[in-house]
Amino acid sequence: MSGARQDPAYTEFRPRWYRAHVSTWWWMGRWSYLKFILREISSVFVAWFVAELLLALTALSSGPQDYAGFQEFLRDPVVVAVNLISLFFVTFHAITWFNLAPKAMAVRVGGKRIPDLWIAGPNYLAWAGVSAIVAWFLLRA
Amino acid sequence: MAKRSNEPILWVLFSAGGVVAAFLIPVLLFLLFLAFPLGWIESPSYTGLLGLVRLPITRVVLFILCFFSLFHWAHRFRYTLYDGLQIKHLNQLIFPFCYGGALVGSVLAGYILWNMG
Repeated sequence: MSGARQDPAYTEFRPRWYRAHVSTWWWMGRWSYLKFILREISSVFVAWFVAELLLALTALSSGPQDYAGFQEFLRDPVVVAVNLISLFFVTFHAITWFNLAPKAMAVRVGGKRIPDLWIAGPNYLAWAGVSAIVAWFLLRA
Repeated sequence: MAKRSNEPILWVLFSAGGVVAAFLIPVLLFLLFLAFPLGWIESPSYTGLLGLVRLPITRVVLFILCFFSLFHWAHRFRYTLYDGLQIKHLNQLIFPFCYGGALVGSVLAGYILWNMG
C-alpha cells in the first residue's frame, strides 16, 4: 500500500453511525401517529375503489347477465364488509384532505391569515355539491 | 447541471388525485357498491346506467378519476411502505410496483372506457 489516499473524506473506515432504533409499530403509540398511518392507508382503499369501478364497467359493457352477476358479487357479505371499511377510509381521506387545505393555502388578507374555516368551509360545501350532482345523475339514469 | 428530481411531478399527481378522490369516491362508492346492490336506494336500470356511462363526458370524468386516483395511491402507498414499515431500502422494488401499477391500471381504465363507446 504505497499510494496514500488523497481525500480523507472517502476513507472506508468511518465511525459507526448512530441510528436510534425505531420500532415498526412506532405509529401505535399516539393517536396523532395512528391517524397519520390511517390516512396513509386510505390510499389502498382508493385503489380498491378504482379496481372495483373497472370491474363494474367491464360487467356493464358485457351485458345485463354479467352485470347482474356483478351485483350478486357486491352482495357477498365479505365484499359488503370490505366496501363498508372502504367507505370509512375514503370518507376519512376526504375529511383529512379538506382539513389540510387551509394549511396548504395560507391566504393572507391585509397581513392577517384568514381563518382556516374560510378555506375548509367552501371545500366542504363543494364536496356536498359535487356529491349531490353525482347522485342526481345516477338516480335519474 | 444538477439532476432534476421527478418528485414534484409525482407529488402533483398525488395531490390532484387526492382532490378528485375526495370529491368523487365517497358518493360513488356508497351508491354504486353499497346502496344500489343492497337495495337501500332503488337502483337505476341497466340500460339507464349503460347510457350514462356511454356519454363521452362521463367516460372522460371516470378516466380522470381513475388516472389521478391511481397515482395518488402510488405516491401515498410508497411513503406508507417507507415510513410505516421502514423498508426504504427496497425502493428499487417499491417504486416500479407503485408507479408501474398506477400506469398499468390507467392504461386498463382507458382501454375499458374507450371501448364502451
